Amino acid sequence: MPSFAKLFATPWIWSFLGALIVWLAAVIFTGGHGAGGMITAALSLAVFTVIVGLGQMFVITLGPGNVDLSLPANIGLASAVAMKTMDGQDSLIALGLLAALACGVVIGLANYALIRVLRIPPIIATLSSSFIILSTDIHYGRGLQIKPPDSFADFANVQFFGVPILGLFGVALAVVAWAGLQKMVYGRSVLAIGQNMRAAKLAGIPVERVRLLTYTLSGALGGINGALLAGYFRGASVDIGNEYLLSSIAVVVIGGTSVAGGKANVPGIWGASLFLVLLLTMLNTFGVSAGLRLLLTGLIIVGVITAAGGHKTGR
Amino acid sequence: MSDPLRSIAKLDGVKRSFGAVRALDGVDFAVHAKECIGLVGHNGAGKSTLMSILAGTGSPDSGTIAINGAAQSDWTIQRARALGVRCVFQELSLSPNLSVAENTRVSHGALNGWGGAKRAADLIRASLDAIFPGHGISPQDIVGDLAIGQRQMVEVARAFTLTDDPLHLVILDEPTSSLDAQTARQLLDHIRRAVAGGISCILISHILGEILETSDRVVVMRDGKVVADEPARDLTRARLVAAMGGARLHAKTTRSDGVGASQPVVAQVQAGGAHGAIGLQARRGEVIGLAGLAGHGQTKLLIDLFEAANARRKGMTVDGAVALVAGDRQTDGIFPLWSIAMNISIRSLAALRRGAFIAADKEADLAVTWRERIGIRTDNLDNNILSLSGGNQQKALFARALASDAQIILMDDPMRGVDLGTKLDVYDLIRTQAQQGRTFLWYTTETDELDNCDRVYVFRNGQIVAVLDHDDLTEEKIIQSSFAEVGA
Repeated sequence: MPSFAKLFATPWIWSFLGALIVWLAAVIFTGGHGAGGMITAALSLAVFTVIVGLGQMFVITLGPGNVDLSLPANIGLASAVAMKTMDGQDSLIALGLLAALACGVVIGLANYALIRVLRIPPIIATLSSSFIILSTDIHYGRGLQIKPPDSFADFANVQFFGVPILGLFGVALAVVAWAGLQKMVYGRSVLAIGQNMRAAKLAGIPVERVRLLTYTLSGALGGINGALLAGYFRGASVDIGNEYLLSSIAVVVIGGTSVAGGKANVPGIWGASLFLVLLLTMLNTFGVSAGLRLLLTGLIIVGVITAAGGHKTGR
Repeated sequence: MSDPLRSIAKLDGVKRSFGAVRALDGVDFAVHAKECIGLVGHNGAGKSTLMSILAGTGSPDSGTIAINGAAQSDWTIQRARALGVRCVFQELSLSPNLSVAENTRVSHGALNGWGGAKRAADLIRASLDAIFPGHGISPQDIVGDLAIGQRQMVEVARAFTLTDDPLHLVILDEPTSSLDAQTARQLLDHIRRAVAGGISCILISHILGEILETSDRVVVMRDGKVVADEPARDLTRARLVAAMGGARLHAKTTRSDGVGASQPVVAQVQAGGAHGAIGLQARRGEVIGLAGLAGHGQTKLLIDLFEAANARRKGMTVDGAVALVAGDRQTDGIFPLWSIAMNISIRSLAALRRGAFIAADKEADLAVTWRERIGIRTDNLDNNILSLSGGNQQKALFARALASDAQIILMDDPMRGVDLGTKLDVYDLIRTQAQQGRTFLWYTTETDELDNCDRVYVFRNGQIVAVLDHDDLTEEKIIQSSFAEVGA
């Protein structure tokens, strides 16, 4: 059965398999209660990790040292910008989304400017910019929870037969990202730069333009994510994006993208995001305490990355 | 001064191959007590390989090494040091994160223990003072902070420090290449003093003047063999050049000269700029050679031209799209995670689009076309690029450039590690492509290849120092221009 063997040779299959296992474990524990609900909830929550995970994937694929650590602060600020712009009015929803997107784009551009103009390594540049963004957010949002317009919040929670609308949006976005990565000149350029930046430059690829575009893309996706999160959780807050620092990187790695750059995997982002969300669901159904839950989450992520990363980085 | 009866180091029938390249082809070489040997030859003649074997950092495929008449079966760098053979390497071997004194300390077992740091500092300071008076280097300076010339001075001074280990022979591989004239003078004087004091030296240099005045005996290598071995006093610069270059180039290739002054200039480097007093011009359909010793600015000129095609650069004009064929495949060329086809198509993606997407069929067609035209030996272009041999990887890089829309092709010594058959194929291809109006700028370290060029620019120290037309081209003229006039 060559096609079956081929399926299991793809790096992303393992993340879906992991998601399936933790879901089954949770379902067995509850005796089958809430199996469908768990999936619906997982689909809704996983979308947010998918959105920023895709941006992070493109950045990490640019090669060693490239990472966007400003995503949590970006999400926080964009959520506040979106909610303030919408001002609780349905007529301003589109404008608010646009404002969040613009906020993310500006953050992405600023990150790239720090990296390029001041020659700061991306890890430091994006980390320090996140402090600036965070301070801006605290000043701008005054630490208050700002409510979304009701229809935006309702929209973010809409489901069709148990499939949340945001899940569909996430799938559509992943398809676009896959096409961009595999079928377009932009994606090829990112993959080439990640393998060998000097060779990419000498092969005529506009390396700096591609890097600019990639950090901007990551920023923009962070901005959109902020607006959607604020809608889904019915309010913006400074720490709304906190968990996406670890999870955006974790889903990239668990999903089969090479940390060394030059090799990316889009379906794996979805699989890994579902895995992370369902893992949390499983631990919650087991009733473990918050401290133990964090400990186990950390250990399992380390374990999965070691297991999944072992053979891939061996080449 | 030399005593021919007593050889302190003797190599017999030494052979060494790197893949298909025969670096040493049966070399006999002896160093006598109290003599300085000048070792000269082209890049790739085998000088550095021979010296690495003598110093114990490389091992021969066959042949014997004898020190003070005793055959050595297990010859390593530790053993070499213990028997008094030291080498100042061309690639500097100091640890950049350590101080000058610490670098000295790690090379002497006797400087272990308490007070070693102080003794190491004193030792290296004394050696520096003796060789390079007024050197301005403190033993506490971190090596990474020193200029390249100062690092070279430390490297040399360290080789001449004495503790418990004996010192009979110091090998100096191009020690003056990064020294200015005055320090080089100090070093050459010191070599003479050391020889008078009983230490033998081997001096490798491309500056023939310093070889002739410093050495007792000069050994000339060519193509992995010793081709001359004579007392320095019997030699002249001209005779050395002739020995290094050998016969004239073989029968001239008759270039079907369709290239006249009527063709437009597509790439130009103005005279008097960063690349020297002589300018460079390349017309449509010309094949331009860049010659001279390796690393004398040819690659930099190509990269500068590459960048000038995309952004304005002072003193340079490039008219048309450019593509570069890398010589250093792993660093500058190959995308190791990709298939052969993707490695070929990367330069042409914009032209392979259908709408916003790369058309898979067009991409495959391009790769197949060029596999046939340039003869890449593979049955499946979707195989990883690393499944190809080095020569075939290089063909894929040629295909990448030639398949592109570029009218100007820059080639950075692209025939390294390529077998003869492939080379002849590629020469033909270049000639046909040039006739169709493409322009080639071709840096090569192989003099024979320059015969394919309409015009050759010779480089020295980052500058163009000579222009030779195809009909005036001889290896001797190229060598003559490649070497500095100092002291001749």
